[in-house]
Amino acid sequence: MHPHPFSYHRAASVGEALSMLNEFGDEGKLLAGGHSLLPIMKLRLAQPGRLIDISGLTDLAGVSLDGDTVRIGALTTHHEIESNGILASSVGLLPEIAHGVGDQQVRNRGTIGGTLAHADPAADYPAGTLALDVRIVALGPTGERTIPIDEFFTGFLTTALESNEILTTIKVPALVANTGYRYEKLANPASGYATVGVAAVVTVGANGEVSAVRIGITGVGDVAYRPRAVEEALIGTLPSDESVKSAAETAVEGIELLSDIHGPAEYRARVTKNLVRRAVLKALERAKV
Amino acid sequence: MQPGEEVAMTNTVSIATTINGSEHTLDVEPRTLLVHMLRDELGLTGTHTGCETGQCGACTVQLNGAAVKSCMILAAQADGQEVTTIEGVAPQGSLHPIQQAFWEEHGIQCGYCTPGVIMSALSLIAGNPEPSEEEIRHALEGNICRCTGYHNIVIAVREAAARVARGEGPQSIH
Repeated sequence: MHPHPFSYHRAASVGEALSMLNEFGDEGKLLAGGHSLLPIMKLRLAQPGRLIDISGLTDLAGVSLDGDTVRIGALTTHHEIESNGILASSVGLLPEIAHGVGDQQVRNRGTIGGTLAHADPAADYPAGTLALDVRIVALGPTGERTIPIDEFFTGFLTTALESNEILTTIKVPALVANTGYRYEKLANPASGYATVGVAAVVTVGANGEVSAVRIGITGVGDVAYRPRAVEEALIGTLPSDESVKSAAETAVEGIELLSDIHGPAEYRARVTKNLVRRAVLKALERAKV
Repeated sequence: MQPGEEVAMTNTVSIATTINGSEHTLDVEPRTLLVHMLRDELGLTGTHTGCETGQCGACTVQLNGAAVKSCMILAAQADGQEVTTIEGVAPQGSLHPIQQAFWEEHGIQCGYCTPGVIMSALSLIAGNPEPSEEEIRHALEGNICRCTGYHNIVIAVREAAARVARGEGPQSIH
């Protein structure tokens, strides 16, 4: 099964990739791990005329700590995220998510930047990045700009990235003290994609009250989202099993639920509420340790 | 090819890839997938094609030691890299301990998925000499076997890990 013919261009630097992207216009497409792009090219859902291979740009890969911010290069593989020491100690949610992305082969090759730029509605990282309040760094012809994750996912397979921009870095705030996290996922057994995926990050105050909470949900609608009503119901409260369960009931409010062979809308709604409850309770449990 | 070099749509890409320890220089069409280069250009048909959509793992090989699906990587992306296929795990005429273990523990029925399973399992064992059953099953999630139910595959991988940990090497089949 071959993709439609295209020309192949290997970028020697980020700057060169950027100028190719500008020169090629609509024909150009960036190739990183290729684990989202090549499958859709084989199915002829995408037929870019020119591929710009950035997979060899090692300065776009790797994880570093910059004060309270963890910087993740766009080309960092899921495997690296799963096994990276800085992430394990500063933002444990990401390794927890990466552990369940696809399978070993996908984790060895797929990249976090590629996943985020592709914005598959069933990908795992969108939930986690929303819950972690990350910033996306995009490099364009006029320089760099930073996009808050809340403004990044704009629709089905669509992000705030311009077609002449390259996602270079994900900036993740290191988790503060008394913060717990959890990723709960109902995985499609064949693909590993999330039928429903819920990431929760919860911080508790001295008396056990919820001082901060962010939840990200993937697989449920056209695009990953934060269930604001759940967050608002929990913030400032002393949570109990009952109050979390009741807050989770609002997890799909205002969402047009996906309905497909992996799960009708009604089923997805029920699973989402349950996973929100489980993710928040587990995050709370970890926050108190 | 050199970084920055442009290749027109009708042209080919020149690549130099180390495959099973030997360097191969080839001209490939940009859209050629690594699996097709291995099978059709080099005759390394031990690497199988199954679904060709990245689901089944039959085409798994190692790229710089990491298990990858060769139907999801362009041959051009293997330029300058090291590829190991099932043909490269043991010298001709001998079996790697993992191949012996699959044989003895009946980790095979039709055999179609086996080369891919072995390449994934070897990646696991390289980083984890004593994997648990759970770790083996997790590492093999990207390899679909429609015959065995995985039971004997897991036993064979455990046995293989133990043999490799004991320092066993390839054994002649004669």
